[in-house]
Amino acid sequence: MPTAVLASSLQAGGPETAVFWILAPLAVLFALGMVFSRNTVHCALMLGAVMLILAVFYAAQDAPFLAFVQVIVYTGAVMMLFLFVLMLIGVDTKDSLAEMLRGQRIAAALAGIGFLLLLFTGIAHASIHVSKGLHDVNYPASSANSGLVDNGGNVYEIAKLLFDRYVFAFEATSALLITAALGAMVLAHRQRHTPKLTQRELMQQRFKFGTHPTPLPGPGVYARHNAVDTPALLPDGSPSALSVPAAVELVSEQHGRRPLPAELGSSAAAHHPASGKGEGAS
Amino acid sequence: MSPTFYLYLSAILFTIGSLGVLLRRNAIVVFMCIELMLNATNLALVTFSRINGTLDGQIMAFFVMVVAAAEVVVGLAIIVSVFRTRRSASVDDVNLLKY
Repeated sequence: MPTAVLASSLQAGGPETAVFWILAPLAVLFALGMVFSRNTVHCALMLGAVMLILAVFYAAQDAPFLAFVQVIVYTGAVMMLFLFVLMLIGVDTKDSLAEMLRGQRIAAALAGIGFLLLLFTGIAHASIHVSKGLHDVNYPASSANSGLVDNGGNVYEIAKLLFDRYVFAFEATSALLITAALGAMVLAHRQRHTPKLTQRELMQQRFKFGTHPTPLPGPGVYARHNAVDTPALLPDGSPSALSVPAAVELVSEQHGRRPLPAELGSSAAAHHPASGKGEGAS
Repeated sequence: MSPTFYLYLSAILFTIGSLGVLLRRNAIVVFMCIELMLNATNLALVTFSRINGTLDGQIMAFFVMVVAAAEVVVGLAIIVSVFRTRRSASVDDVNLLKY
Protein backbone atom coordinates (compact mmCIF):
# COMPACT_ATOMS: atom_id res chain seq x y z
CA MET A 1 0.00 0.00 0.00
CA PRO A 2 1.45 3.40 -0.90
CA THR A 3 2.15 5.76 1.95
CA ALA A 4 -0.19 8.42 0.58
CA VAL A 5 -3.13 6.08 0.98
CA LEU A 6 -1.87 5.15 4.41
CA ALA A 7 -1.56 8.76 5.51
CA SER A 8 -4.95 9.75 4.14
CA SER A 9 -6.67 6.81 5.74
CA LEU A 10 -4.92 7.50 9.00
CA GLN A 11 -6.24 11.04 8.91
CA ALA A 12 -9.71 9.89 7.93
CA GLY A 13 -10.15 7.07 10.41
CA GLY A 14 -9.98 6.81 14.12
CA PRO A 15 -8.25 4.27 16.32
CA GLU A 16 -9.63 1.42 14.24
CA THR A 17 -7.59 2.57 11.26
CA ALA A 18 -4.42 2.70 13.30
CA VAL A 19 -5.09 -0.75 14.73
CA PHE A 20 -5.71 -2.11 11.27
CA TRP A 21 -2.55 -0.70 9.73
CA ILE A 22 -0.44 -1.93 12.62
CA LEU A 23 -1.90 -5.41 12.88
CA ALA A 24 -2.71 -6.26 9.25
CA PRO A 25 0.94 -6.27 8.05
CA LEU A 26 1.80 -8.29 11.15
CA ALA A 27 -0.89 -10.82 10.28
CA VAL A 28 0.41 -11.12 6.73
CA LEU A 29 3.98 -11.51 8.01
CA PHE A 30 2.96 -14.20 10.49
CA ALA A 31 0.99 -16.04 7.80
CA LEU A 32 3.97 -15.94 5.44
CA GLY A 33 6.22 -17.10 8.26
CA MET A 34 3.86 -20.00 8.90
CA VAL A 35 4.11 -21.12 5.29
CA PHE A 36 7.88 -20.75 5.01
CA SER A 37 9.09 -21.79 8.47
CA ARG A 38 10.78 -25.18 8.59
CA ASN A 39 10.07 -25.75 12.28
CA THR A 40 6.55 -27.07 12.79
CA VAL A 41 6.21 -25.61 16.28
CA HIS A 42 7.07 -22.15 14.90
CA CYS A 43 4.34 -22.68 12.30
CA ALA A 44 1.81 -23.43 15.03
CA LEU A 45 2.83 -20.39 17.10
CA MET A 46 2.61 -18.08 14.10
CA LEU A 47 -0.83 -19.42 13.23
CA GLY A 48 -1.86 -18.69 16.82
CA ALA A 49 -0.62 -15.12 16.42
CA VAL A 50 -2.63 -14.69 13.21
CA MET A 51 -5.74 -16.00 14.97
CA LEU A 52 -5.28 -13.56 17.87
CA ILE A 53 -4.91 -10.66 15.42
CA LEU A 54 -8.08 -11.76 13.67
CA ALA A 55 -9.83 -11.77 17.05
CA VAL A 56 -8.83 -8.12 17.46
CA PHE A 57 -10.26 -7.38 14.01
CA TYR A 58 -13.55 -9.05 14.95
CA ALA A 59 -13.72 -6.94 18.07
CA ALA A 60 -13.02 -3.83 16.01
CA GLN A 61 -15.82 -4.72 13.60
CA ASP A 62 -18.62 -4.87 16.18
CA ALA A 63 -18.42 -8.64 16.62
CA PRO A 64 -17.36 -9.05 20.26
CA PHE A 65 -19.00 -12.48 20.58
CA LEU A 66 -17.02 -13.85 17.65
CA ALA A 67 -13.84 -12.25 18.98
CA PHE A 68 -14.17 -14.14 22.23
CA VAL A 69 -15.18 -17.36 20.48
CA GLN A 70 -12.15 -16.95 18.24
CA VAL A 71 -9.82 -16.69 21.22
CA ILE A 72 -11.46 -19.55 23.12
CA VAL A 73 -12.08 -21.99 20.28
CA TYR A 74 -9.20 -21.29 17.92
CA THR A 75 -6.26 -20.12 19.97
CA GLY A 76 -7.46 -22.11 22.96
CA ALA A 77 -8.77 -25.43 21.73
CA VAL A 78 -7.71 -25.86 18.13
CA MET A 79 -4.14 -24.65 18.58
CA MET A 80 -3.74 -26.82 21.68
CA LEU A 81 -4.97 -29.79 19.66
CA PHE A 82 -2.46 -28.97 16.93
CA LEU A 83 0.41 -28.71 19.41
CA PHE A 84 -0.72 -31.90 21.14
CA VAL A 85 -0.67 -33.89 17.90
CA LEU A 86 2.63 -32.23 16.99
CA MET A 87 4.22 -33.46 20.19
CA LEU A 88 2.58 -36.88 19.78
CA ILE A 89 3.92 -37.37 16.28
CA GLY A 90 7.31 -35.94 17.07
CA VAL A 91 8.53 -32.41 16.71
CA ASP A 92 11.60 -33.49 14.78
CA THR A 93 9.75 -34.84 11.75
CA LYS A 94 11.40 -32.60 9.20
CA ASP A 95 9.63 -31.43 6.11
CA SER A 96 11.23 -32.89 3.03
CA LEU A 97 12.32 -30.14 0.69
CA ALA A 98 12.67 -32.38 -2.35
CA GLU A 99 10.34 -31.34 -5.11
CA MET A 100 8.22 -34.30 -6.06
CA LEU A 101 6.69 -32.78 -9.19
CA ARG A 102 8.90 -30.72 -11.44
CA GLY A 103 7.98 -27.05 -11.50
CA GLN A 104 5.30 -27.49 -8.86
CA ARG A 105 6.51 -24.58 -6.73
CA ILE A 106 6.64 -22.19 -9.66
CA ALA A 107 3.19 -23.30 -10.76
CA ALA A 108 1.85 -22.92 -7.21
CA ALA A 109 3.32 -19.43 -6.88
CA LEU A 110 1.88 -18.38 -10.24
CA ALA A 111 -1.51 -19.82 -9.33
CA GLY A 112 -1.40 -17.98 -6.01
CA ILE A 113 -0.58 -14.65 -7.63
CA GLY A 114 -3.28 -15.17 -10.22
CA PHE A 115 -5.83 -16.06 -7.58
CA LEU A 116 -4.88 -13.01 -5.51
CA LEU A 117 -5.24 -10.73 -8.55
CA LEU A 118 -8.62 -12.29 -9.27
CA LEU A 119 -9.82 -11.66 -5.71
CA PHE A 120 -8.43 -8.11 -5.66
CA THR A 121 -10.12 -7.14 -8.92
CA GLY A 122 -13.34 -8.70 -7.66
CA ILE A 123 -13.23 -6.68 -4.44
CA ALA A 124 -12.24 -3.52 -6.28
CA HIS A 125 -15.14 -3.89 -8.70
CA ALA A 126 -17.62 -4.51 -5.93
CA SER A 127 -17.50 -0.77 -5.10
CA ILE A 128 -18.21 -1.02 -1.41
CA HIS A 129 -17.97 2.49 -0.08
CA VAL A 130 -20.72 2.80 2.45
CA SER A 131 -20.96 0.34 5.28
CA LYS A 132 -24.13 0.36 7.31
CA GLY A 133 -22.38 -0.63 10.52
CA LEU A 134 -23.75 -2.83 13.21
CA HIS A 135 -24.48 -0.46 16.06
CA ASP A 136 -28.21 -0.21 15.29
CA VAL A 137 -28.42 -3.98 14.95
CA ASN A 138 -26.46 -4.71 18.09
CA TYR A 139 -28.41 -2.24 20.20
CA PRO A 140 -31.90 -2.01 18.70
CA ALA A 141 -33.60 -0.93 21.88
CA SER A 142 -31.22 1.90 22.68
CA SER A 143 -31.47 3.30 19.17
CA ALA A 144 -35.27 3.04 19.02
CA ASN A 145 -35.85 4.98 22.21
CA SER A 146 -32.59 6.44 23.26
CA GLY A 147 -33.64 7.08 26.82
CA LEU A 148 -33.68 3.36 27.53
CA VAL A 149 -30.80 1.66 29.26
CA ASP A 150 -28.51 -0.61 27.33
CA ASN A 151 -30.82 -3.36 26.17
CA GLY A 152 -29.68 -6.13 23.91
CA GLY A 153 -26.15 -6.26 22.65
CA ASN A 154 -24.28 -8.38 20.18
CA VAL A 155 -24.57 -11.65 22.10
CA TYR A 156 -28.27 -11.16 22.68
CA GLU A 157 -28.98 -10.40 19.02
CA ILE A 158 -26.87 -13.34 17.82
CA ALA A 159 -28.72 -15.65 20.20
CA LYS A 160 -32.05 -14.39 18.86
CA LEU A 161 -30.98 -15.20 15.30
CA LEU A 162 -29.33 -18.49 16.22
CA PHE A 163 -32.27 -19.94 18.11
CA ASP A 164 -34.92 -18.55 15.80
CA ARG A 165 -34.04 -18.37 12.14
CA TYR A 166 -31.02 -20.68 12.19
CA VAL A 167 -32.25 -23.17 14.77
CA PHE A 168 -32.22 -26.12 12.37
CA ALA A 169 -28.67 -25.38 11.29
CA PHE A 170 -27.76 -25.11 14.94
CA GLU A 171 -29.26 -28.53 15.68
CA ALA A 172 -27.45 -29.96 12.66
CA THR A 173 -24.14 -28.70 14.06
CA SER A 174 -24.78 -30.62 17.27
CA ALA A 175 -25.17 -33.79 15.20
CA LEU A 176 -21.99 -32.85 13.33
CA LEU A 177 -20.03 -32.38 16.55
CA ILE A 178 -21.17 -35.72 17.97
CA THR A 179 -20.26 -37.43 14.70
CA ALA A 180 -16.84 -35.77 14.74
CA ALA A 181 -16.17 -36.86 18.31
CA LEU A 182 -17.20 -40.44 17.50
CA GLY A 183 -15.13 -40.39 14.32
CA ALA A 184 -12.04 -39.20 16.19
CA MET A 185 -12.50 -41.97 18.76
CA VAL A 186 -12.88 -44.62 16.06
CA LEU A 187 -9.90 -43.34 14.07
CA ALA A 188 -7.52 -42.86 16.95
CA HIS A 189 -8.47 -46.14 18.64
CA ARG A 190 -5.66 -48.66 18.48
CA GLN A 191 -6.58 -52.27 17.86
CA ARG A 192 -4.81 -54.57 20.33
CA HIS A 193 -3.07 -57.37 18.45
CA THR A 194 -1.68 -59.29 21.43
CA PRO A 195 -3.76 -60.23 24.48
CA LYS A 196 -3.37 -57.96 27.48
CA LEU A 197 -1.00 -59.42 30.07
CA THR A 198 -2.52 -60.15 33.44
CA GLN A 199 -0.84 -59.14 36.66
CA ARG A 200 0.26 -62.74 37.25
CA GLU A 201 1.85 -63.01 33.80
CA LEU A 202 3.62 -59.68 34.30
CA MET A 203 5.02 -60.92 37.63
CA GLN A 204 6.18 -64.20 36.10
CA GLN A 205 7.85 -62.35 33.26
CA ARG A 206 9.71 -60.12 35.71
CA PHE A 207 11.09 -63.05 37.62
CA LYS A 208 11.84 -65.17 34.53
CA PHE A 209 14.26 -62.65 33.05
CA GLY A 210 15.75 -61.98 36.45
CA THR A 211 16.69 -58.36 35.98
CA HIS A 212 15.18 -56.48 38.88
CA PRO A 213 11.91 -57.85 40.26
CA THR A 214 11.10 -54.96 42.57
CA PRO A 215 10.53 -51.36 41.53
CA LEU A 216 13.74 -49.35 41.23
CA PRO A 217 14.69 -47.02 44.09
CA GLY A 218 13.77 -43.36 43.71
CA PRO A 219 16.29 -40.55 43.40
CA GLY A 220 17.81 -39.00 46.48
CA VAL A 221 16.11 -36.22 48.39
CA TYR A 222 18.50 -33.98 50.28
CA ALA A 223 18.30 -30.64 51.97
CA ARG A 224 19.67 -28.83 48.96
CA HIS A 225 19.20 -31.33 46.11
CA ASN A 226 16.15 -33.25 45.02
CA ALA A 227 16.59 -33.41 41.25
CA VAL A 228 16.04 -36.71 39.43
CA ASP A 229 19.73 -36.96 38.59
CA THR A 230 20.78 -36.98 42.26
CA PRO A 231 21.33 -40.58 43.32
CA ALA A 232 20.02 -41.91 46.60
CA LEU A 233 22.46 -43.10 49.24
CA LEU A 234 22.61 -46.74 50.22
CA PRO A 235 22.73 -47.65 53.95
CA ASP A 236 26.52 -47.80 53.81
CA GLY A 237 26.75 -44.27 52.42
CA SER A 238 27.55 -45.13 48.82
CA PRO A 239 25.37 -43.65 46.02
CA SER A 240 23.00 -46.08 44.34
CA ALA A 241 23.36 -46.09 40.54
CA LEU A 242 19.97 -47.75 40.21
CA SER A 243 18.20 -44.74 41.67
CA VAL A 244 19.05 -42.59 38.62
CA PRO A 245 17.35 -43.52 35.35
CA ALA A 246 19.85 -44.35 32.61
CA ALA A 247 18.47 -41.71 30.25
CA VAL A 248 18.73 -38.98 32.89
CA GLU A 249 22.28 -40.03 33.72
CA LEU A 250 23.19 -39.89 30.03
CA VAL A 251 21.76 -36.39 29.66
CA SER A 252 23.47 -35.05 32.78
CA GLU A 253 26.77 -36.54 31.57
CA GLN A 254 26.30 -34.86 28.21
CA HIS A 255 25.70 -31.55 29.96
CA GLY A 256 28.86 -32.05 32.00
CA ARG A 257 27.07 -32.32 35.33
CA ARG A 258 28.46 -34.45 38.10
CA PRO A 259 26.30 -37.43 38.96
CA LEU A 260 26.35 -36.39 42.61
CA PRO A 261 26.61 -33.05 44.40
CA ALA A 262 30.16 -32.31 45.46
CA GLU A 263 29.76 -32.58 49.22
CA LEU A 264 27.77 -35.83 49.00
CA GLY A 265 30.13 -37.33 46.46
CA SER A 266 33.21 -36.59 48.55
CA SER A 267 31.69 -38.00 51.72
CA ALA A 268 30.53 -41.12 49.89
CA ALA A 269 33.89 -41.53 48.22
CA ALA A 270 35.60 -41.23 51.58
CA HIS A 271 33.51 -44.13 52.87
CA HIS A 272 33.74 -46.34 49.82
CA PRO A 273 36.33 -45.35 47.26
CA ALA A 274 35.35 -48.01 44.68
CA SER A 275 31.59 -47.80 45.02
CA GLY A 276 29.11 -46.00 42.80
CA LYS A 277 28.14 -48.14 39.86
CA GLY A 278 28.86 -51.66 40.97
CA GLU A 279 25.97 -52.58 43.21
CA GLY A 280 23.30 -52.66 40.53
CA ALA A 281 24.06 -56.05 39.04
CA SER A 282 24.64 -57.99 42.24
CA MET B 1 -12.35 3.47 7.67
CA SER B 2 -13.57 1.60 4.68
CA PRO B 3 -14.22 -2.08 5.43
CA THR B 4 -12.84 -2.95 2.00
CA PHE B 5 -9.35 -3.15 3.49
CA TYR B 6 -10.49 -6.05 5.65
CA LEU B 7 -11.63 -7.81 2.49
CA TYR B 8 -8.22 -7.25 0.90
CA LEU B 9 -6.51 -8.61 3.99
CA SER B 10 -8.85 -11.61 3.95
CA ALA B 11 -7.97 -12.25 0.29
CA ILE B 12 -4.24 -12.07 1.07
CA LEU B 13 -4.53 -14.45 4.01
CA PHE B 14 -6.64 -16.89 2.00
CA THR B 15 -4.09 -16.89 -0.80
CA ILE B 16 -1.21 -17.46 1.62
CA GLY B 17 -3.12 -20.37 3.13
CA SER B 18 -3.79 -21.95 -0.25
CA LEU B 19 -0.13 -21.49 -1.19
CA GLY B 20 0.84 -23.30 1.99
CA VAL B 21 -1.47 -26.18 1.13
CA LEU B 22 0.17 -26.41 -2.30
CA LEU B 23 3.76 -26.03 -1.13
CA ARG B 24 4.12 -27.81 2.21
CA ARG B 25 4.59 -31.55 2.63
CA ASN B 26 3.97 -31.99 6.35
CA ALA B 27 0.34 -32.99 6.86
CA ILE B 28 0.00 -30.98 10.08
CA VAL B 29 1.26 -27.80 8.42
CA VAL B 30 -1.11 -28.40 5.51
CA PHE B 31 -3.87 -28.59 8.09
CA MET B 32 -2.75 -25.35 9.70
CA CYS B 33 -2.88 -23.67 6.30
CA ILE B 34 -6.45 -24.91 5.84
CA GLU B 35 -7.26 -23.35 9.21
CA LEU B 36 -5.74 -20.09 7.99
CA MET B 37 -7.99 -20.18 4.92
CA LEU B 38 -11.06 -20.78 7.10
CA ASN B 39 -10.04 -17.87 9.34
CA ALA B 40 -9.61 -15.59 6.34
CA THR B 41 -13.09 -16.53 5.19
CA ASN B 42 -14.42 -15.74 8.65
CA LEU B 43 -12.86 -12.28 8.49
CA ALA B 44 -14.57 -11.70 5.14
CA LEU B 45 -17.92 -12.89 6.57
CA VAL B 46 -17.65 -10.60 9.59
CA THR B 47 -16.81 -7.70 7.27
CA PHE B 48 -19.78 -8.48 5.04
CA SER B 49 -21.95 -8.52 8.12
CA ARG B 50 -20.73 -5.03 8.99
CA ILE B 51 -21.19 -3.75 5.43
CA ASN B 52 -24.73 -5.05 5.14
CA GLY B 53 -25.76 -4.06 8.63
CA THR B 54 -27.14 -7.50 9.52
CA LEU B 55 -25.83 -10.16 11.85
CA ASP B 56 -26.28 -13.07 9.42
CA GLY B 57 -22.63 -12.91 8.40
CA GLN B 58 -21.56 -13.33 11.99
CA ILE B 59 -23.85 -16.34 12.36
CA MET B 60 -22.25 -17.81 9.25
CA ALA B 61 -18.78 -17.21 10.68
CA PHE B 62 -19.93 -18.94 13.86
CA PHE B 63 -21.01 -22.00 11.87
CA VAL B 64 -17.71 -21.97 9.98
CA MET B 65 -15.94 -22.08 13.34
CA VAL B 66 -18.03 -25.07 14.46
CA VAL B 67 -17.36 -26.95 11.23
CA ALA B 68 -13.64 -26.07 11.46
CA ALA B 69 -13.46 -27.46 14.99
CA ALA B 70 -15.10 -30.73 13.91
CA GLU B 71 -12.84 -30.91 10.86
CA VAL B 72 -9.70 -30.40 12.94
CA VAL B 73 -10.69 -33.17 15.35
CA VAL B 74 -11.30 -35.73 12.59
CA GLY B 75 -8.36 -34.61 10.47
CA LEU B 76 -5.85 -34.79 13.29
CA ALA B 77 -7.17 -38.25 14.22
CA ILE B 78 -6.58 -39.31 10.61
CA ILE B 79 -3.04 -37.87 10.73
CA VAL B 80 -2.32 -39.75 13.97
CA SER B 81 -3.61 -43.05 12.59
CA VAL B 82 -1.64 -42.59 9.36
CA PHE B 83 1.45 -41.85 11.44
CA ARG B 84 0.94 -45.06 13.38
CA THR B 85 1.01 -47.21 10.27
CA ARG B 86 3.53 -45.29 8.15
CA ARG B 87 5.78 -43.62 10.79
CA SER B 88 5.57 -40.41 8.78
CA ALA B 89 3.50 -37.24 8.69
CA SER B 90 4.43 -36.39 5.13
CA VAL B 91 1.63 -36.27 2.58
CA ASP B 92 3.91 -37.89 0.00
CA ASP B 93 4.05 -41.16 1.93
CA VAL B 94 0.31 -41.67 1.77
CA ASN B 95 0.21 -43.11 -1.73
CA LEU B 96 -1.58 -46.43 -1.39
CA LEU B 97 -4.45 -45.27 -3.60
CA LYS B 98 -2.13 -43.88 -6.28
CA TYR B 99 -2.73 -45.24 -9.82
